[in-house]
Amino acid sequence: MRSIPLPALAVSSLVLVTTALALVFFVAPNDQTLGFSQRIFYFHVSIAFAAYACFGCGAWQALRHLWKRDPRADLASYVCIHQGLIFGTLVLVTGSIWAKIAWGRWWIWSEDELVLFLVLYLFYCAYFMLRFSVDPGPQRANLSAVYALFGVVLIPVSFAAIRLAKAYFHPEVFTLHGPNFGGWILVTYCTAQASLLVLAYTLYRLEIGAKRLDGRLRELREALA
Amino acid sequence: MTTAEKYVTAAYCVVFALVLVYVLIMALKLQRLERDVDDLAARVPDEDADEETREPARIG
Repeated sequence: MRSIPLPALAVSSLVLVTTALALVFFVAPNDQTLGFSQRIFYFHVSIAFAAYACFGCGAWQALRHLWKRDPRADLASYVCIHQGLIFGTLVLVTGSIWAKIAWGRWWIWSEDELVLFLVLYLFYCAYFMLRFSVDPGPQRANLSAVYALFGVVLIPVSFAAIRLAKAYFHPEVFTLHGPNFGGWILVTYCTAQASLLVLAYTLYRLEIGAKRLDGRLRELREALA
Repeated sequence: MTTAEKYVTAAYCVVFALVLVYVLIMALKLQRLERDVDDLAARVPDEDADEETREPARIG
């Protein structure tokens, strides 16, 4: 994956996202229960899974850092969590828009699935507060890594919370027997999911490339001073 | 356009706008890094210029 050039990844993301959008708006049929508003879910669910993948990857890199003391793993963990937070923001925004259509309200505090995702989101917001309150160095890297590892525990809780939805109906995309749909809906969802994962990876590569370059420039500036 | 259609379109526009803002921020950051590289390159002494100004050594 690392050997794929960034421009090729960017073009792949663009092609996949465009294809997914075309499928969402022109090919996928209207859902019988939810109607047109169900079309939000192709991206809302895909973005949520991309966010979970970013947080999971951040935890994996944090574990690598604690295990091998590799400073590159610390940077990778930080960038993964930053990406996860961006995708998490999109999950909250698209979810709120759907709630307004389906439930008539932007947010319902009594719903576990909403509140638990918000807890996960705020937990990772606090990661940045922790990270930037400590001076750069091994201590900051270690603290950040431990925090990132704790955060990954919240992912299955947030995922399971959708099944705990009580008063308000929240669609379930996946059940124990597989996806809850078929035909063009499944094709559209898979394309949207692939496009969002490739987009997340492209943005990750872009950001980590810039961060590494920034670090090397800082070292050069210090050496020249 | 129905209300549902308006909200769905708005949701996709928000996704697009946020990704665009992120890419713009990264583009600005890369521009700053490029300026930093130019700045550092200007601070590195030019080896060719040094050789031209250096006096030839006397041999023998």
